[in-house]
Amino acid sequence: MKRVLALPYLLWMVVFVILPVFLMIYYSFNDMSGNLTLQNYAEFLSSNYIKMTLNSFWYAFLITVITLIVSYPLALVISRLKHKTFWLLIIIIPTWINILLKTYAFIGILGINGILNSVLEKFGLMKIQLLFSDFAFITVAVYIFIPFMVLPIFNSINGINKNLIWASYDLGASKWEALTKVIIPLSLEGVKSGIQITFIPALSLFMLSRLVAGNKVVTLGTAIEQQFLTNENWGMGSTVGVFLILFMVFVMLVTRTKKESI
Amino acid sequence: MRFLITLIASSLLVGGLFLFGTKLLNNTSSSETDVLFVYNWGEYIDPELIKQFTEETGIRVVYETFDSNEAMLVKIKQKQRYDVVFPSEYTVEKMKKDNLLLPIDPDKIPNIKNIDERFLGLSFDPGNEYSLPYFWGTVGILYNPETTTGMDFSTWDSVWDESLLNDVLLLDGARETIGFVLNSEGHSLNSTNKEELDQAKQKLEKLSPNVRGIVGDEIASMMKENEAKVAVVWSGMAMDIMYENEDLIYTIPQEGTNLWFDTMAIPSSAKNIDGAHQFINFLLDKNVALQNTDWVGYATPNQAAFKELDEEVKNAKEFYPDKETMEKLEVYRDLGPEWTEYYNELLLEFKMSLD
Repeated sequence: MKRVLALPYLLWMVVFVILPVFLMIYYSFNDMSGNLTLQNYAEFLSSNYIKMTLNSFWYAFLITVITLIVSYPLALVISRLKHKTFWLLIIIIPTWINILLKTYAFIGILGINGILNSVLEKFGLMKIQLLFSDFAFITVAVYIFIPFMVLPIFNSINGINKNLIWASYDLGASKWEALTKVIIPLSLEGVKSGIQITFIPALSLFMLSRLVAGNKVVTLGTAIEQQFLTNENWGMGSTVGVFLILFMVFVMLVTRTKKESI
Repeated sequence: MRFLITLIASSLLVGGLFLFGTKLLNNTSSSETDVLFVYNWGEYIDPELIKQFTEETGIRVVYETFDSNEAMLVKIKQKQRYDVVFPSEYTVEKMKKDNLLLPIDPDKIPNIKNIDERFLGLSFDPGNEYSLPYFWGTVGILYNPETTTGMDFSTWDSVWDESLLNDVLLLDGARETIGFVLNSEGHSLNSTNKEELDQAKQKLEKLSPNVRGIVGDEIASMMKENEAKVAVVWSGMAMDIMYENEDLIYTIPQEGTNLWFDTMAIPSSAKNIDGAHQFINFLLDKNVALQNTDWVGYATPNQAAFKELDEEVKNAKEFYPDKETMEKLEVYRDLGPEWTEYYNELLLEFKMSLD
């Protein structure tokens, strides 16, 4: 009985997860005429792709750190509020809107005649070119990832037994000490999930890098897009994809929770 | 439990039926000749004309759009049925090599006589066995004379001018971007000479302080808003932008540039070959082409229709260049996968060198 019920899920996993991954690995060993080769891997390890990988990692790192810096206090504050669910909803609502739409909205906000610049102008300040810069790229990416970071952190802070915090106060801890010695260590699981959800997608934000950074920021996603759509080199595109999976496994290992490691 | 099983089983059944149903639907229609599958670029035909075609011939048109030659190629290679497609010239060459096109029977297309002879028998398809021109245009410079005082952009080198710091938009296409740098050095934009290409790359890198971004269709909205002073664009795109921002000027630099064609062709996956010929002939009709040119805004290779255009449009040298300029224009050749990749690699390296 149980097996029968599991069948659809198993089928789903095979068709939509396992098969595509194997297909990608298979393609990554193909050259453009379909012969088996290791050429793609050799090319990936050449200077160009390594540089691109480092570049992607750097931006993904910045995005994750800034998102975390914004999200942790936010989650902490929300967990202390009276109408938690309401405020949480406010944070989550932007995720109901398509990412592309949000990105296009930012083009309007950051443009030379956009809202931000008109405000600056009102105050007698110089207009600045915000669009198509690293600044715009990181800002928009952080904006997009905040809800995904807040949610797991909020859940883990919210799950902390209040008595533990009271106990720390009773034992003479200041507010700061209670935060650093009790709340933060106990909410680390949420932080780790938040990092996982942010870091990996941030490695391949090709739409953002084109729309708000004008392709001045090149991520691994840009390379995949180009290999598939312009070069028609599915092998190389898949190889980059395989490396993304490897990076993901690496990040998962680094941020893995204690329970899982046993 | 039983409820769950029924739920899963029924959803699978319904899903399967849908899948099967759509397949069946496609099959029945594909065997009939009263449907025509047209695959075109976005915003590239007056929708009224499709209705008119259906009224005249009784053939129902299923119209789909693509946004790059490569995306279209993938579908044709997977044998998805389309009866008429609109590949660009270098893609025609590639599709010919890969046997992805069916020959066009000129006897079934009497309106071929309307096409300007200059646009027939070109290098990518000599004899027009597989393709007929649909629209054509160039790559040039679109600029705002108010913010670029005193510059007339008569040469490609003016794009490198120091006054344009962070104010130049480029097209996100390797052929276009590497192409105009090659042109600026007096080389062919189909160059497969490593020395020339590496030289072009070095010259391109000198342009990086001026580059605002390397984008696609976004150029249109940005230039309309005067977000940048200068953009390297396709002529049709320029015409579109100038329609909304009248301050801008489009120009073809004197070193020459790319002459491009989008063509009409019948892919190997076509089923309604007769209908495809009728559709191509319909689009080449004088009045249809005139109406379509008005709507699309690109330059028409249809001489009969061209004669009927407004004087103002006809005399716009930047969109219908004179003979002297035309001689300097060059059509893209299919460079084969290795060189195509090399061009793209150069562009990617350039993107990475931008801050």
